Amino acid sequence: MKKTSTVGKSNRTAMVLLILGLSTIIFPLYMTVVIAFKQPSEMTNSISGILSLPKVWSLDNFREAMRVTDFWNSLKNSLLISVLTVGLSILIHSLMGYTLGRNKKSKFYNFVYLFIVSGMFVPFAILMMPLAKQTAEMGLANWFGVILLYVVFYMPMNVMLYSGYLTNIPLALEEAARVDGASTWRTYWAIIFPIMKPMHATVAVITALAVWNDVMTPLIIMAGSSENTLPLAQLNFQSQFGTNYNLAFASYLLSLIPILVFYVICQKQILNGVVNGAVK
Amino acid sequence: MSKHENERKRTFLLITIPILALFICFNTIPLIRGALYSFTNYRGFGSHDWVGLRNYIDLFSDARVGKSYLFTIKLALVTTIVVNVLSLIMALLLNSKIRAKGFFRGAYFLPNILGSLVVGYIFNYFFTYIVPALADMTGVTSLSSSILSSPSKAWIGVMIVCAWQAIAMNTIIYISGLQTVPEDVYEAGGLDGATGWKQFKHLTFPLIIPFFSINMVLCVKNFLMVFDQIIALTKGGPAQSTESISYLIYNNGMSGGQFGFQSANAVVFFIVIVVISVAQMKFSSSKEEQL
Repeated sequence: MKKTSTVGKSNRTAMVLLILGLSTIIFPLYMTVVIAFKQPSEMTNSISGILSLPKVWSLDNFREAMRVTDFWNSLKNSLLISVLTVGLSILIHSLMGYTLGRNKKSKFYNFVYLFIVSGMFVPFAILMMPLAKQTAEMGLANWFGVILLYVVFYMPMNVMLYSGYLTNIPLALEEAARVDGASTWRTYWAIIFPIMKPMHATVAVITALAVWNDVMTPLIIMAGSSENTLPLAQLNFQSQFGTNYNLAFASYLLSLIPILVFYVICQKQILNGVVNGAVK
Repeated sequence: MSKHENERKRTFLLITIPILALFICFNTIPLIRGALYSFTNYRGFGSHDWVGLRNYIDLFSDARVGKSYLFTIKLALVTTIVVNVLSLIMALLLNSKIRAKGFFRGAYFLPNILGSLVVGYIFNYFFTYIVPALADMTGVTSLSSSILSSPSKAWIGVMIVCAWQAIAMNTIIYISGLQTVPEDVYEAGGLDGATGWKQFKHLTFPLIIPFFSINMVLCVKNFLMVFDQIIALTKGGPAQSTESISYLIYNNGMSGGQFGFQSANAVVFFIVIVVISVAQMKFSSSKEEQL
């Protein structure tokens, strides 16, 4: 009896703390929404002036922000880069992970594994200047070059995840197919690739989140192409917002909406994916 | 059978060669080129000469570089501690028997999916306008001007924004750690009188040390490479007080005519990252063995 009462009490404390803590997350978002809908004339220097609800819920700021930042084009670029990077990562990294995971006894493949995985320690800071030159020389200073770079940057992490996952998949599955005369290549696509589905989900989530929000790679590679991704557009058009914070916040909110929608729909997969990626 | 073995070997090789070539082309080669540039006086354009170790010698006497290392390391250390303490508390709360667990976990993870550049811009406004206005209202004069415009306080703003996003990530990693602790451990501990802080210190924490290690490695590495938050909040200012290493390399290397010099800086930075990561992994694996 005594035990249940203490449990009940700690629940309530935890509940209260959690609800209070939630304000640290809700407040910045509330502030963003309110400012995005207001007109500059409604913004006074007092707290109540900044944080009160807008008099009219007008979409004018959003229309203007879309025009100024070339929103649809940036969104298209972001989507194109994210979707293609995720697709290519799943295909290429799983193949590489499979090859390296199935050849743990070979000195050569073990070396290749260490070689690729140690790429995780290479900070982008050391690659960015040579890569800016190299992609320009190769005619890859565009969205396609950015995708190629992402496939390389996330290879260490994803290959490690795939080859680790492969240790749980018995070799007997492939041997059965081999008896039927199927080639290694066919066996991979028919049997192994579908079995690795949970790992595909993890790889898709962590790669998509990282790519969608990345600023540095497009900033350095696409600088001369006059094309933007969604985050890059916020950076490049910062000066055009000037002191019109309402316009700026409308633009910030627009750039956050796609990922928020994605999160609301796939929350479970995202949480699982992120945990799997970090813990494995 | 041996025909099949050959086919298998050939397939593996045909998979490996193009992928490895891609990796070498965009990771290994630029890494080597970066290292080579660090021995030149290249400005990013025009001609250049070999200068031997000149850049490295200059690097250690350059006040601006030294300042950026101090700032970045201070930021990484303080943020890592703040983030891990708060994440552990959050994880314990979210793992206790509460209602609407799924909702709370989902809501508290939200900051992590948002782009750090835009989050930085939003907080920039918060520190510049909201906090001073609040301070005026409540009479806290020390906060009446923006902390981002104070060379001694701006790093705190950067720290808060980094922490706001990282806590979300570290919390769910700690939660998945707490879920690996079987219920009967607590029951057995409860019989021995281990409750509250004692229970946490002697029972829970030792069991989630692997997750603690993951979080430490993640935190330190990410915060040492901090870039987006700097560009959105302070652009390295005021008075270069918040110039992170990545930001300095980007700013002076890409457009400041210091391509060669900042390449040397990047090489040193790379070595620092490797040394810290390897040391952390060694340390945490020895900790885990002790248990």
